[in-house]
Amino acid sequence: MSKSDTKFGDYGGQYVPEALMPAIEELTDAYERYVLDNEDGFMDEFRERIRDFGGRPTPLQRADQLSERYDTEVYLKREDLLHGGAHKLNNALGQVLLAKYMGKERIIAETGAGQHGTATAMAAAHLDMPCEIYMGRRDINRQRPNVFRMRINGAEVNPVDIGRGTLKEAISETMRDWATTVETTHYVIGSVVGPAPFPAMVRDFQSVISEEARRQSEEQFGDLPGAVVACAGGGSNTMGAFAEFIDDEDVDLYAVEAGGSSLTVDEEEGVAPHSASLSTGEEGVLHGARTKLLQDTHGQIMESHSVSSGLDYSGVGPELAYLVDEGRVIPKNVGDESALEAFHRLSQDEGIIPALETAHAFGFLEDVAGPDGDGSVDLPETVVVNVSGRGDKDLEAVIEETDKRELENAPTMEVFE
Amino acid sequence: MGLEDSFDEPAFVPYLAAGDPDFDSSIEYVEALERGGADIIELGLPFSEPIAEGPTIQQAVVRSLEGGMTPERFFEFVEELDVDVPLVCMTYYNLIYQYGPEDAEPVLPFVKRAAEVGLEGFVVPDLPAEEADLLREACDDHGLDLVFIVAPTTKGERLDRIMEQVSGYVYVQARLGVTGARADVSDQTEESLARLEQYDVPKAVGFGISSGEQAADVVAAGADGVIVGSALVDIVAEGHEEDEPTEETAAKLESLARELKEGALAGAQRRPRPEGT
Repeated sequence: MSKSDTKFGDYGGQYVPEALMPAIEELTDAYERYVLDNEDGFMDEFRERIRDFGGRPTPLQRADQLSERYDTEVYLKREDLLHGGAHKLNNALGQVLLAKYMGKERIIAETGAGQHGTATAMAAAHLDMPCEIYMGRRDINRQRPNVFRMRINGAEVNPVDIGRGTLKEAISETMRDWATTVETTHYVIGSVVGPAPFPAMVRDFQSVISEEARRQSEEQFGDLPGAVVACAGGGSNTMGAFAEFIDDEDVDLYAVEAGGSSLTVDEEEGVAPHSASLSTGEEGVLHGARTKLLQDTHGQIMESHSVSSGLDYSGVGPELAYLVDEGRVIPKNVGDESALEAFHRLSQDEGIIPALETAHAFGFLEDVAGPDGDGSVDLPETVVVNVSGRGDKDLEAVIEETDKRELENAPTMEVFE
Repeated sequence: MGLEDSFDEPAFVPYLAAGDPDFDSSIEYVEALERGGADIIELGLPFSEPIAEGPTIQQAVVRSLEGGMTPERFFEFVEELDVDVPLVCMTYYNLIYQYGPEDAEPVLPFVKRAAEVGLEGFVVPDLPAEEADLLREACDDHGLDLVFIVAPTTKGERLDRIMEQVSGYVYVQARLGVTGARADVSDQTEESLARLEQYDVPKAVGFGISSGEQAADVVAAGADGVIVGSALVDIVAEGHEEDEPTEETAAKLESLARELKEGALAGAQRRPRPEGT
């Protein structure tokens, strides 16, 4: 019996081409030895590097304006202050280090918004490993600053032109590369998705977020928070923020997905105008795992949509799907417009420019507890929101999307002549 | 009976994506393969995320899906085909899993329907032996074969585990990577065939074979058959792009099929004769 979680209820598993299976067995073995059993002091080295290179622990900060606005104590877990500007480094550094312990010679990764690609490129440069990143053509155009950051750190960026050119296609393409180079290469999957052991392993590297948040909550306000809120695309910051609270039944866990422009689906076009696979998806098999997916009645995977390329994915981590079915995690979704408003609100009220992904988590607070909130959720006395990343990378997208809309709280985006 | 019976002599197993580039032409293309000497035909039921396929078959998948291919349409396609050789459905697990009414047992409706239209087996590239119990049982219940892929990386216990599950033939992946025609056939093939020698099931080699000469090499190296996909799909793609009349493309397919079948037969002549004969 394996020590690691390969299944979460019926979800998870290992649905990959045969050529990859030996690599997955090798990885499972390495994960159990180094990560779970701390063989050769692997976890000690990881913790030291994520502290010194990464800048952990990140603060748990009280948000004064938001606390007043929502009439509850709002605390921010500041993963945006981690090196690279997002929680992604926790996992990227962990996996690149693991690849090194395994004697692999080359790193590949996929990226959507570019945060995972950037984190992997940084970790690879830090640990002196050659690195190639696959990124959809459409995402490359939406996230240019991160493309340059990857290149500046010495990574090669390979554009993916298939399909709509977003994360789904980038993952498929990285799997193809891996199937060709599996003997020398480690594929750093960027979220709690993919075949086992990835979902459990990525969760373990990210759970440092909730481990700290738990300790900091007790130190700073002498209790656990009443709720933890995190945005959910694939779900790595979500699982990281939730992991250490799962057994605390009094802590509500809200996973906030991208509601996009609408929750209705154009079956004919094969496109979902949202990325809410936890709220609306059906069980199926994609990219190595059984999970909740956006798919049509025939089982073809639908294209997803979100103003945030980091949430734009048709699947979600299998453990999250399981926790939603179990009723432990409550899925919510927030539309493009609410997310943009929340982006501007956090920037103006708290001086924090959040990633568009993160803005969805704040959009949830506004949607339920803001002045025009629907009151559908009674917020507890203290709420921790995971600030999964900072928004510098999203500025071009925000300017363009804000220009298209009449947002009540947006500044003018005109440039001075 | 089963797929194994098609390997009495070196077998030629071509692959085409059903419905590529459209339903009617695709029917003619598949029938042309039989005229060219196909012993078994692998028909692709396209999935939107074909992670095991190279660019050639990815594009075929897109053409077929854009032409309206669905699992139900695929079964109609099989019913409409006028061929005598066994047909194998090659597809990804999600389509098999999703087929049928919502409250039905997963996998069973697909297998039942496949048996009804006369399919004789499946190849499912994203379903490793570890996850295959459901489909294996359903195939047994309906008398269908389940073909597994063995990669150059598959060794030791994994190989035993797969060989316990496999029936019909084993798909020997000639080299690492994704599907696609190549100029050379890897020496990984010989190693893989040597590892498989002790197992009593036909061995068909695929991934990268595109000419009669390569087919002969693979059979001479000990394969019981050759699987060819991308080189044939290339002909379909070219015909589509050049707006070629269907019969012209079909004739080209038939001609390459014949070359490949003859290559496979010629390869058998080059095998070292067993001692004492």
